Amino acid sequence: MSITTTLSSATKEVKIGFSQPFVMIGERINPTGRKILAEEMKVADYSRVEADAIAQVAAGAQMLDVNAGIPLADEPAILAESIRRIQAVVDVPLSIDSSIIEALEAGLAAYQGRPLVNSTTGETEVLERVLPLVKKYDAAVVAISNDETGISEDPNERFKIAKKIVEHAADYGIKPQDVVVDPLVMPIGAISQAGNQVFELVRRLRAELKVNTTCGASNVSFGLPQRSGINNAFLPMLIAAGMTSAIVNPLHPELVQAIRAADVLTGIDDGCSSWIAAYREPSSEGNNSKEGRRRRRRA
Amino acid sequence: MSEEDDFDLNDLDDKELVEQIQDDLYDGLDEEVTEGTEILLARGWDANDVLGKALVGGMKIVGVDFRDGILFVPEVLKCAGAMKGGMKILRPILAESAIDTSLGKFVIGTVKGDIHDIGKNLVAMMCEGSGFEIINLGINNPVENYLEAIDEHGPVIVGMSALLTTTMPYMGVVVEEMEKRGLRKDVHIMCGGAPLNQEFADSIGVPAYGRDAARSAEMAEEHVLGLRDNRGHR
Repeated sequence: MSITTTLSSATKEVKIGFSQPFVMIGERINPTGRKILAEEMKVADYSRVEADAIAQVAAGAQMLDVNAGIPLADEPAILAESIRRIQAVVDVPLSIDSSIIEALEAGLAAYQGRPLVNSTTGETEVLERVLPLVKKYDAAVVAISNDETGISEDPNERFKIAKKIVEHAADYGIKPQDVVVDPLVMPIGAISQAGNQVFELVRRLRAELKVNTTCGASNVSFGLPQRSGINNAFLPMLIAAGMTSAIVNPLHPELVQAIRAADVLTGIDDGCSSWIAAYREPSSEGNNSKEGRRRRRRA
Repeated sequence: MSEEDDFDLNDLDDKELVEQIQDDLYDGLDEEVTEGTEILLARGWDANDVLGKALVGGMKIVGVDFRDGILFVPEVLKCAGAMKGGMKILRPILAESAIDTSLGKFVIGTVKGDIHDIGKNLVAMMCEGSGFEIINLGINNPVENYLEAIDEHGPVIVGMSALLTTTMPYMGVVVEEMEKRGLRKDVHIMCGGAPLNQEFADSIGVPAYGRDAARSAEMAEEHVLGLRDNRGHR
């Protein structure tokens, strides 16, 4: 059984799915911890937002996450305008990221295509506000597997919450394939079983609940030195466990390479064609040698 | 562990033992810190001195090295575990003690809607290491929890943490409620968390924004010592 979540921009479609290449959702457009970006977005200077969008797509991101959570600012307006600006410069589908319902609504209204709404939790109050919006705009939604009781360290509890969200979504007429579960990645530096918990959860979400999965992967390395080393190992392990997308920084070439390699090794990248296309050594003339030959033959 | 590392803490003189406890604390060695604490007490040390000279001194080094990127979160959490080992022995004795060298009580918690725990715990630990008595409310605290804790414990400081832009405004709710009840003149408020900045802290009327765990502990200590100075001058 193959589950596919289809997202789109005005001109381009991206599928997250069990038999699809892993979807990298670029994380950079997020003012949290980026002081200059926050200042600029606050005064309606979107030049860095646009540049970040272009750079992430060039680096291989198939989707972009857009977050405008800036203290003491008009988040709905800034999020909506960021989306308009980004959709004018890149064609990948977007993930609209806010925990403020008004901001999600403003973002959805501004968006062209079918976005991913990031996110709802399993808290009843949140579900009842986010899910009607997801339905109204025919979007897909990220479901974070925590609820009123917090984040359980027991993967069974988190599985139950994910199941509850999928069921609630169905009540609103949202199909299971349009719910992408975030099993919640905890810092391995504080919880030594955080990795194993997530791997187990991803396997179950895929086998039993039959949903796509995503996560903010870099949280795993919080508080550790050489974080990229941990992150670069974590993503392929997640992919081996069956994860189908993640919010990552595509500007780290080693990470992008590790993800693409994982797609090769799980057999998703059939014939290694995406890998070869991405990493074939250019010929001495600087052209892609295979294309060059094809052109010559046609001539 | 090599042969050389294996020695009896009892063989050390007081000064060496204090340094050894600080080293063991730094290395997160729970049992060793507990044992060292017991030996100092057995030698007739006052519990306040054991805390102040051995444990607090050790935690200050941990705090500075954490701030400077020499120690990392898993290590600091182990240090906290070791500190707890020593405190378990000292706390009941300190509670009975006539001399109070504690800097006072510090109520700390993550605000409502927010389930981030680690950074807040690091601040709690650093503050405990500076000599505060910590009342840790955990995560997801509505304003009532802070008010109850203030009522029950009479802290000198209340610290709030939030890691989400959506939960940090709730700090303002707590501040307002404390204001309304006239609690602000007796209770100092501090705030912290990744998405905060000085501007936000000022906007909710809490200029005491701790940008990291070590700095937060310093600020808390400075506040209490400042209070003492002021009282002295009057």
